[in-house]
Amino acid sequence: MFGKLTLEAIPYHEPIIMGAVAMMVLGGAALFAGITYFRLWGPLWSKWLTSVDHKNIGIMYIILALVMLLRGFADAVMMRTQQAMASTGAAGPLPPEHFDQIFTAHGVIMIFFMAMPFMVGLMNIVVPLQIGARDVAFPYLNNLSFWLTAAGALLINISLAVGEFARTGWLAYPPLSELQYSPGVGVDYYLWALQISGVGTLLAGVNMITTILKMRAPGMTLMRMPIFTWTTLCSNMLIVAAFPILTATLAMLSLDRYLGMHFFTNDGGGNAMMYVNLIWAWGHPEVYILVLPAFGIFSEVISTFSSKKLFGYTSMVYATVCITVLSFIVWLHHFFTMGAGANVNAFFGISTMIISIPTGAKIFNWLFTMYRGRVQFTVPVLWTLGFMVTFVIGGMTGVLMAVPAADFVLHNSLFLIAHFHNVIIGGVLFGYLAGFTYWFPKAFGFKLNETLGKVSFWCWLVGFYLAFMPLYALGLMGMTRRMNHVDNVIWHNYLLVAALGAAVIACGIGAFVLQILVSVLNRKALRDLTGDPWNGRTLEWATSSPPAFYNFAVDPVVTSRDAFWEQKQTTGAGLQPLPAYGKIHMPHNTGTGVILGGFIAVLGFALIWHIWWLAVAAFAAAVAVGIGHTFNENRDYYVPSETVAETEGKYFKQLTSQV
Amino acid sequence: MAAAPFLSGCDMALLDPAGPIGAEEKSIIILATCLMLIVVIPVIAMIFLFAWRYRASNKAATFKPDWDHSSKIELAVWGIPCVIIAVLAYVTWVSSHTLEPSRELVADKKAVEVEVVSMDWKWLFIYPELNIASVNELAFPAGTPVHFKLTSATVMNSFFIPRLGSQIYTMPGMETKLSLLADAAGDFDGLSANYSGGGFSDMHFVAHAMTDDAFAQWVEKARAGEGKLTMAKYRDLAKPSEKDPVSYYAEVEPTLYHDILNKCSDGSTCMDATVSLAMAKEVAGGDLQLCNPAKPRG
Repeated sequence: MFGKLTLEAIPYHEPIIMGAVAMMVLGGAALFAGITYFRLWGPLWSKWLTSVDHKNIGIMYIILALVMLLRGFADAVMMRTQQAMASTGAAGPLPPEHFDQIFTAHGVIMIFFMAMPFMVGLMNIVVPLQIGARDVAFPYLNNLSFWLTAAGALLINISLAVGEFARTGWLAYPPLSELQYSPGVGVDYYLWALQISGVGTLLAGVNMITTILKMRAPGMTLMRMPIFTWTTLCSNMLIVAAFPILTATLAMLSLDRYLGMHFFTNDGGGNAMMYVNLIWAWGHPEVYILVLPAFGIFSEVISTFSSKKLFGYTSMVYATVCITVLSFIVWLHHFFTMGAGANVNAFFGISTMIISIPTGAKIFNWLFTMYRGRVQFTVPVLWTLGFMVTFVIGGMTGVLMAVPAADFVLHNSLFLIAHFHNVIIGGVLFGYLAGFTYWFPKAFGFKLNETLGKVSFWCWLVGFYLAFMPLYALGLMGMTRRMNHVDNVIWHNYLLVAALGAAVIACGIGAFVLQILVSVLNRKALRDLTGDPWNGRTLEWATSSPPAFYNFAVDPVVTSRDAFWEQKQTTGAGLQPLPAYGKIHMPHNTGTGVILGGFIAVLGFALIWHIWWLAVAAFAAAVAVGIGHTFNENRDYYVPSETVAETEGKYFKQLTSQV
Repeated sequence: MAAAPFLSGCDMALLDPAGPIGAEEKSIIILATCLMLIVVIPVIAMIFLFAWRYRASNKAATFKPDWDHSSKIELAVWGIPCVIIAVLAYVTWVSSHTLEPSRELVADKKAVEVEVVSMDWKWLFIYPELNIASVNELAFPAGTPVHFKLTSATVMNSFFIPRLGSQIYTMPGMETKLSLLADAAGDFDGLSANYSGGGFSDMHFVAHAMTDDAFAQWVEKARAGEGKLTMAKYRDLAKPSEKDPVSYYAEVEPTLYHDILNKCSDGSTCMDATVSLAMAKEVAGGDLQLCNPAKPRG
C-alpha cells in the first residue's frame, strides 16, 4: 500500500534531526496559524500563489532562496563543528551516515535551491523592467517554473523527516549512487528533487530568452541592452543548453536504479566515467549560469554608484559571450586525475585558463568604471568591492588548479573546497546580495537599513576569509574533503579558525535578517517615493517603486544605452504625466501552476517510496490539470484606460507631494 | 594568521615533497602562482586605490561621467592577461606531458611493480613480482621507481600519498597507472582522496620508503604473514569493513588482480573474456560458444 514507506522511515532516534524537524513543523504551524488568524489565505492565494506577475514570482523565488540559505547554512555549521570537534581523534557529534548526508545536502541545497532561485528571482524582478516590458513572454509558464522549483525544494526538506537524503556527495557519482551501494531512498530523493526543479529551471530559461529576444522596448537594440540583461540572456542560453544534459544523466541513473539498467553500474557493461563526464558537461556551465548574472549586477551597481557610464560596454558584452561559449569546453578539469592522458588534460587545462582572460577583462572594466567617477560606498558597492578583491584571489587559485600537474595534488583537497567557495560566495553570493540590496526598493517601495547592511557585509567578508583561508592551507597540508574525522593537532587549529569563520558568517546572516525586519518596521521612513532612489541609469528606475502591475503605462522608447539616464539628461526629469492613457493588455492569474506543482511533488514522493498507485494517480492528475488548463480560454484581459490614468495619477501626485 | 601553532614549513605536505614528482608539482604551483600574481597584485592595489581616490566625497578628483572607452586601456587589459596565459599554457602543455601519471619513471634501479585495489574501506597492495600482498600498508625501496597499476573492487576512490605527489582515481572495471618515487627513506601518509561511503575517513595507509635492506626484511615479514590470499580469502576480505589492521599475505592467487579488474573475482565470466568472445563472434560470423573456462585458473 505504501511501497517502501513505513513508520521506521522517520528517524526518531536521531535527536539532532528530530530537533530540526520539530522546528520546521513548529515554524510551519505558526505560519499556518498566523495566516489563518489574519485571514490571509484569500489574498495569499489570489495575489501571490497564483500570480503571473513577474515581480511577485521573483519575490517568491527569493523568499524560497533565503529560506533554503538558512537550511544550507545550518548544514555548513554542522560540518564545521564536526570537523573542528573530530580532528584530534575524537568521534565528534555526527556519525558518518549523518555527516555524509549533510555535506551532500549542503551542496545540493546551496546550488539548486539557494543560488538558482535567488538568481531566477532577481532576473524575474528586474529583466522585464530593464527592457521596458510588461511581463515575461510566458507568464503562466513562469508561475509553473517557480512551483516546480518549490516542489523540488519541498522534497529535499521532506527527506529530513521521512527517510534519509543521499550520502553520495552533491553530484552523486556512481557506482556509489547505484542501488548496489546506496540501497536507501536518499539517492531517489536526490534524483526526483533535481529532476523536478531542473525542469522548472529549463522552462524558466526558455521563458527568459524569449522575453529578452522578443519583448524589448522599441529602440532597444541588443547593443543597447543593460549589461544585467545581457548576462541574463547568456546565462539562460547556458541553462537551455546545459540542463537537458543534467536531466538525461539523472534519468539514466534513475533507469539504473528503478529498472535495473546498466548505464553506470559496475557490471553489465556500465561505465561510471560516462556519468562523471556528463554530469560535469552540465556542471561546469552551471557555474557560469550562476556567476554571469552576478557579473551583470556588479556592472549595474558600479556604474550607478560611480555616477558614470560603464567602462568598455562592448568588450563587456564580448567577454560575456566568450565565457558563455568557452564554458562548454572545460568540463574535464573537474577530473584530471581520472587518467585521460596528457593531451586531453592539457587541452582542457588550457581552455580553462583561457576563460580567465575575458573574466579578467571584466574586472578591469569595473575598475575603470570607478576611475574618474564619484564612488558612493553604499551597501551594494561594498559587496562589489568585496567581490572584486575576493574573486581575484579565487580566480587565481582556479587557474592554478587548471594546470593538470598542479591539480594532481590539489584535487579533492580542502584547497579545492576553498577555491570554489571563494568564487561562489565571493562571486555569486556577494553579487546576489548586492542585487538584493540594490533592487529591494524597486520591488517593495522602501530601502533597506544601511547600517545593518554594512554590518552584514563586514561579517560576511571577515567570516568568509576566516572560514576559507585556513582551508587553502589545510589543502596544502594534504587534508582532503569530506572527512568525517581526522587525528591531527595542527589541522585541528586551522579547523577551529574555520569554525570561528562560520560563526562570524552566522552573524552576517543574522544582521541580514535583522536588516529586513528593521527595514520593514521603518518602511515609512525608508520609503522610496520617486521610484529612482539611487539616481539610476536603466529603465527599471523609470517606474514607481513598486511598479504598477503593468510596469509601464506607455511603452518606453529607447534611443541609447542607459536609457533612463539619457532621458533624465535631456528632459531634466523622469517620467512625465500624459494627458491620456490607452488600455493595457494583461494576463489573468491562474492556479494551474501551484496545483500542478503540488501533484508533481506528490508524484516525486510516490516514486521515491515506490508507492506505484499514488504515482500513477498523481501523474494522471497532473496531466489532467495540464490539459484542463489548455481549455481555459479566459487567459487575458484589458486594463481600462481609466484605471491606468488613476494609478499613474497617484504616482505623480506622490512625486510632487514629496518635492 | 601564521602564528606558531599553525604553521611550520614541514606541515605543508605539498610544499615539502619527498620525491621528484611532488617536487616538480610544487615548483609548478609556485611558478603558476607567481605568474598570476603579476596581474593579481596590481589589480587588488588598483581596487583600493581607485575606490579611495574616486570616493564621492573627494571633489578634487577628476570626474568624467561620460568617459567610457579607451582603446589603449582595452588593449592592455586584454593583451597582458593573454600574454600571461600564453606562458602558462606552455607550462601546462609541457608539464601535462612530463608529469602524466601513467608515464613510467626511470632510474638506475629496476622499478617495483605494485597492483593497488581500493576496497570498502581499505587498501590492498599486491606485489606481483614478489608474490606477496599487504593490506593498509605500502612499502617500497627508496630511490626506486614504483609503478602502480590501480583499480577498485567497489566504488571510485583516489590513491594519494601527498608528499610523493600525484594522485590517481581507482575505478572499478578500469585500470589507471601511476609512477612515483621517494628520494629517501621515510614514512608518508597515504589516503583515499575521493569520497567512497561510510568508512571513507579511515581509508588511510602508511607508505614506507625503505632502504633496500629494510625492504628485503619487510618482504620477509610479509612472507611470514597470513598464508596465501586465495579467492575465498579475498571474497572474505572484500566484505565492507572499517579500520582494518595492517596484514600481510605470504602468497597471492596469481590471477587475483586480473579477476578483480575484470569483475570476475566472484567466479563469473571475466570482462576481457566477454570482450574477446564478442570480437571472435564478429570474426566468425556469430556462431561461437564460450566452450572453454572463462579464465585460466592459475
